[in-house]
Amino acid sequence: MMASGYNAKDEDGHIAVAGLGGGALRSRKPENTAFKQQRLPAWQPVLTAGSVLPAFFIIGLVFIPIGIGLYVTSSNIREFEIDYTGVDVSSPCFNCSQNFNWNSTKPCTCSIPFYLDQSYESNVFMYYGLSNFYQNHRRYVKSRDDSQLNGDPTELTKPSKECEPYAFHEHKPIAPCGAIANSMFNDSLELFYIDPNGTKVPVPLSSTGIAWWTDKHVKFRNPGGNPNLTAAFQGTVKPVNWRRPVYELDSDPENNGFINEDFIVWMRTAALPTFRKLYRVIQKRNGLMPTLPRGNYSLDVHYNYPVRSFEGRKRVILSSISWMGGKNPFLGIAYVSVGSVCFFLGVVLLFIHHKYGNRSSSADMSH
Amino acid sequence: MPWMSPLARIRDALAGQRARDKDLRNLVSNLPYEGLDKWKQPNRHFRNNGIKTTKYSVLFFIPMNLFEQFHRLANLYFVGLAILNFVPVVQAFEPEVALIPICVILALTAIKDAWEDFRRYKSDKKLNRLPCFVYSSKEKCFVEKRWKDVRVGDFVKVESNDIVPADLLLLYTSDPNGVCHIETANLDGETNLKQRRAVPGVCITVSNTDILLIIHAVIRTGCLGFSHPDLVLKQHLVYLKGGCTVRNTGYAVGFVVYAGHETKAMLNNNGPRYKRSRLERRLNIDVIFCILLLFTMCIIGSLGHYLWLESMPSVPLYLVPQTDGHLDTPSLSSFYKFFSMIILLQVLIPISLYVSIELVKIGQIYFITNDLDLYDEETDATIQCKALNITEDLGQIQYIFSDKTGTLTENKMVFRRCSIMGREYPHKENECVRRALKMYIYKIKILMFTKSLPPNQQETEVILDQKLLRQIRGTEKIDAYQDFFLALAICNTVVVSMATAKRLRSNPLDTLSSLVRRAGSWTRLRAPITSETSANDLTTQGQSVNQTGGQTCSLHVPPQGTAPAVPAGKLCYEAESPDEAALVHTAKAYGFVLMSRTPDSVTVQLPSGAQLRFEVLDTLSFDSNRKRMSVLVRHPISKQCILYTKGADYAIMELLETPYGEKQQKAIASDTQQHLDCYAKEGLRTLCIAKKVLCDGEYESWAVQRQHALAAMDNREQLIMDSAVQIETNLCLLGATGVEDRLQDSVPDTVMTLREAGIQVWVLTGDKPETAVNIGYACRLLEQDDLVINMSCKSKVRSLISNSQRKFPLYPEVRRYSEDPRNVDTTPDISLVIDGRTLTMLMSPDLRDRFVDLARHCRSVLCCRVTPLQKSEVVKLIREKLKVMTLAVGDGANDVNMIQAADIGVGISGQEGMQAVMASDFAISRFKHLKKLLLVHGHWCYSRLANMIIYFFYKNAANVNLLFWYQFFCGFTANAMIDHWLMIFFNLLFTSVPPIMFGIMDKDVSAEMLLGLPELYRTGQGKGEYSFFTFWISMLDAFYQSLVAFFIPYFTYRGSDIDIYAFGTPLNTISLFTILLHLSIEIKAWTIVHVFIILGSVTLYFIVTLAYGVRYLNYSGYWTLQAQMVDPMFYLVCLISTVIALLPRYLFHVLKNSITCSPIVEARHLDTLEPSTRDQWIKEWRSFRGRVQDKTSDVSASPPSELKPTQSSSELNIRLGLVLFCHI
Repeated sequence: MMASGYNAKDEDGHIAVAGLGGGALRSRKPENTAFKQQRLPAWQPVLTAGSVLPAFFIIGLVFIPIGIGLYVTSSNIREFEIDYTGVDVSSPCFNCSQNFNWNSTKPCTCSIPFYLDQSYESNVFMYYGLSNFYQNHRRYVKSRDDSQLNGDPTELTKPSKECEPYAFHEHKPIAPCGAIANSMFNDSLELFYIDPNGTKVPVPLSSTGIAWWTDKHVKFRNPGGNPNLTAAFQGTVKPVNWRRPVYELDSDPENNGFINEDFIVWMRTAALPTFRKLYRVIQKRNGLMPTLPRGNYSLDVHYNYPVRSFEGRKRVILSSISWMGGKNPFLGIAYVSVGSVCFFLGVVLLFIHHKYGNRSSSADMSH
Repeated sequence: MPWMSPLARIRDALAGQRARDKDLRNLVSNLPYEGLDKWKQPNRHFRNNGIKTTKYSVLFFIPMNLFEQFHRLANLYFVGLAILNFVPVVQAFEPEVALIPICVILALTAIKDAWEDFRRYKSDKKLNRLPCFVYSSKEKCFVEKRWKDVRVGDFVKVESNDIVPADLLLLYTSDPNGVCHIETANLDGETNLKQRRAVPGVCITVSNTDILLIIHAVIRTGCLGFSHPDLVLKQHLVYLKGGCTVRNTGYAVGFVVYAGHETKAMLNNNGPRYKRSRLERRLNIDVIFCILLLFTMCIIGSLGHYLWLESMPSVPLYLVPQTDGHLDTPSLSSFYKFFSMIILLQVLIPISLYVSIELVKIGQIYFITNDLDLYDEETDATIQCKALNITEDLGQIQYIFSDKTGTLTENKMVFRRCSIMGREYPHKENECVRRALKMYIYKIKILMFTKSLPPNQQETEVILDQKLLRQIRGTEKIDAYQDFFLALAICNTVVVSMATAKRLRSNPLDTLSSLVRRAGSWTRLRAPITSETSANDLTTQGQSVNQTGGQTCSLHVPPQGTAPAVPAGKLCYEAESPDEAALVHTAKAYGFVLMSRTPDSVTVQLPSGAQLRFEVLDTLSFDSNRKRMSVLVRHPISKQCILYTKGADYAIMELLETPYGEKQQKAIASDTQQHLDCYAKEGLRTLCIAKKVLCDGEYESWAVQRQHALAAMDNREQLIMDSAVQIETNLCLLGATGVEDRLQDSVPDTVMTLREAGIQVWVLTGDKPETAVNIGYACRLLEQDDLVINMSCKSKVRSLISNSQRKFPLYPEVRRYSEDPRNVDTTPDISLVIDGRTLTMLMSPDLRDRFVDLARHCRSVLCCRVTPLQKSEVVKLIREKLKVMTLAVGDGANDVNMIQAADIGVGISGQEGMQAVMASDFAISRFKHLKKLLLVHGHWCYSRLANMIIYFFYKNAANVNLLFWYQFFCGFTANAMIDHWLMIFFNLLFTSVPPIMFGIMDKDVSAEMLLGLPELYRTGQGKGEYSFFTFWISMLDAFYQSLVAFFIPYFTYRGSDIDIYAFGTPLNTISLFTILLHLSIEIKAWTIVHVFIILGSVTLYFIVTLAYGVRYLNYSGYWTLQAQMVDPMFYLVCLISTVIALLPRYLFHVLKNSITCSPIVEARHLDTLEPSTRDQWIKEWRSFRGRVQDKTSDVSASPPSELKPTQSSSELNIRLGLVLFCHI
């Protein structure tokens, strides 16, 4: 249309008025583009029983195998749990749990025997579990100084306000400051295999490789470049509840101070009040021997950590490793049931499609 | 500047204030004071001519804009929340972070305001810089100044085609008669020229500066007094309003009386109106529900926290004491937690909803204004959206109140028939010729591709009635006929301007005529195209008549005899009303050419070529009470005083001379009345022409009285009217004219479509019932088979109504009719015709309820002879009593009341000026545009916005509930498992654009379907898609989805070593996917933009979260998403949660689309078909419905199943028919 207009003007080019009239007033005519006229090519799906049928069957067919796979994987994971809180009088740790004092220098120890009726063939994760411990309490979560933990020397001596009231102790800065660090889990656990002949053979526990690599190497750093941690933490005091200062957490300099992996693991606050945290890894020693053969074991506990104040429980969990983490059949069941439901719905929709579908698609049929 | 004591300054300022406030204005010429300091200027208290319409200044923009924005309640709420963040005990997020959303929203609004203000500033600046000429006593001539430097008391010269800078008192014009023509298009859009006369007696020449110097004007509202040594006069004030354009006048000189913001133009400029749409009012109720919900949740949280604390045996390790080492008591702590919860869950109240709605509406308006179908080539006008925030109301209209003239009709009058001295001249050739002409014009349009045809072009196409022509030329009874046409030519206020005058508007006329002249073949057409050719035609015809008749009448002189000074073809008439123009053109076609008009005289060229100059003694202008106008002239030859009157038939008929035995007069009157009735039935607008010859004495005595009336200070209007009534008596009827006002393009179609869309169309017109009923039939407002109830005061209804104690008799009858089982599935086809006086009665308090009840049962209602006030009263009555959405459409000043009373006012920019357009919310150029505006844009805007708002509520609730569920597992400590930055980004970045896009671009049904099946419009009427029900369904859905999105991961990760943020990441991701996929289910039409934005949001989410996890070392959730993304569990959890969360809604949609029979769903099914198949469908379906309607008009109806047209397609038709009925 524009073109024809142009041509017409060309023909009558010598009519001055036409040119004037056309030129003086710029047309307000909207542009005829697909976007402006809302005529962009569009896909208009109509969700009807007929058109969504395949989706339901596909979901059903995909989800059920996934669910079965998950369920099988989960049931193949071996988990062994020992509650060593010592609530029962009969429990070996009952005494320790009753006479708790943060300041006692003499550690209370107790030993819990247990029997593994199946061996663990590959690497084993050893967790400690706490229940009813609200690491996700709002104030608790915030009570830390990430800059300090990242080795910022100024923050070391001037902890952030978030750490209050665990920032200073007797006018000296606390390192690491804050409630999370202060309440760090400090039971030490040792595992012994009891030979059939009765001797206690310690199971070697590896205390490294339990924290995230990025946490250990990027997020957490010891202050200064000083390899001597004692000097680096000069002028700070240990958190109130701690027995040892931060630079004496481990003898290995690569696992000491802020980059101590037990500490790092604790600092990743748990999402839910019942949680477990990786404590040690039991490495497979050689090809033939199982990591933990079946038999009697003894768990020796240096009982330091009080849980009675919040009716908490302490557990040790030995778990074999799989790609889906701990043993949890939930997801597998969920997948299988959703898959089945979808399949069933698919059948229902097929029925509906059969009954009403003619109505909806008669449009196609009529022509 | 000389020193002046502060006290004196204050006194001066106060005096200035008083001077401004008084309605008495004491103005002194500035000339003697030129060059003096400002404070010595006598007119210093008055504002200068600089205008400033901006709201803000650069310096104070931020505080002023903030102040403005905080007037909104919602913003105050958000600021209150932000302040709450800074209260330490609440310790929610980092307070600074909590400020971000409110700041972003305030900033967005501020940017919008600033941009608007900047545009105002630029237009102000442009206006203030315009040049004008101001007299300077130093230079002794007019010097160029800028507009803003003009002050009150200056003398300004305005040249032809210049715009008047301020309100001027016209003192002098270059015209010898002191007349100045102005065009007020800038003010009210009226393009006809108006005359203004310089103040008589002050006809000073510019050189005579002495007078200028001592002018001292005292102006009392509307009146002017000069105190001047020589002349003291009181006169009705003649302003040249600022903003007018001077035309056809060399130059004019005026005295500045009001300047700048005090000018009439600025005072009338009220800025845009703010209307609240119905949807927004409903929305506010739902926001209150949300607030209640929020409080409930916060109270639950607070109580939970209390119980949680109480349940502890002693102080656990993780309970962090206050800084000073003590712990709050549980009750105090839970009290604080209440506020923390509010901050945590604040998003439940959609903070960004208001801004999003505004953005969506801007987008919607963008699309409406860019619609090609709403563009009118002829006037080069698109639709204008004046109200920016009621677009969605367009989709809910239930009642349309329409004006007739200019709205349904073109308001381009064409002379059709006339009756002179009781004889009828039907002008039959008009009809067929016009048809040919229309075709021809269409061809020309295509050929030239010019944007407009000359407005006058239509008016000039008068085909002469041969018989009448012969009558004029051939009979002895010349006087009456001559008088008739003289009256047509004289009795009006038409201004003659030369086509050569520089007016852009008239260009197309020239174009057309030159083209016609060039294209020789066109002349073979019988249709005279322009006035020029018609004149030629006339003469040739006249000659042929002469030759055949063989006699020469005294009036007729061959055209080549005397060459008129101005060729008739070059005349250009500027009329105030199209009727007048049509009549003048008719007179011209018959040879009585109005040559020029000055306030004192009218020159008419007779068919003989002789020019008569009538002295105009007085003009009694038209008013709506008298419904007539008169011109009093002195005949140049006979020196008689003649009064020509023209007016509505009933206004004239009452005033006719009581004939004493003059049978002829009586017969003429009754014949004419007969003709008039006949004209009215044809839908013509009728006017009666009468004359009266006054003897000198009579005139003299009347003139004295008239002078008194004109000079009166009080009650002037009334006196002037009285004086007019006094002389307009004992008239002698000359004849009557019938002028056709043609229907606009596709008006019947539009009316039909609107009615099918469930909209009741009412026509409120000032015309007489016969004309209105006729137009009603023509535009299919009334059908031939309708039961038309005619209510007028003359019929017996009057007694029934006046006896209001009895039951309104019609109503039960009507109800019985509409409840008759045979008529159940049809729209009631009862129509009501009411005239103005009856309407007044019906509007009385005791009858109005019954009237409304009756009207509700009628399919269409026609109100005739209603006043503008009544129009608005009717609209208000229906709107309030029936609680319906109303739309008023009109084009003239008489529709302004109605337009403002309705929920939506639509103005039609037509022939009658711009008042209606200025008062309207939407301005269109054609009535037919209403169809697409309502059916397509209205439907879309409403459904888009309704769905968008529902989605917005859902989105925020779904997201924020995750946090709420988490409270049950963190001791109700108001902790969040998602980093607060990411939470803010979630609403601000990741999920904000898709709903806006959804609100602007979604299309549930295509435009073709909406136009093809008007019934679809009904979905929006009444409650529509946004109702109590839909809101709560979506809130329930939000709760369900958040439960799924929380508890699936919860059960998956329960008891594991997952940390807070690693737990929050899948939750957030699931939430994002659920929310976006939910939207995807809701989106009805996917375009590339949709895909791009949805995918973009997802991508943005991952990019930002990943980047945030890397960059921000202080973030406790460092590297969280990265760690999650290498874990297959993350994907498995996300997948299943999303599927479970969306399954119900998906299923709901599937079942709804498969089982139920909603018209929209049906239409969407049809939409998926190919266009050709679809069109056939629509056609078949419509024809089916047409048959159904036929059936219902036939009362002995057969059941619908017997209507099967052919067996093949019947099944389909029945189905569709049922679909529609089940909806109706």
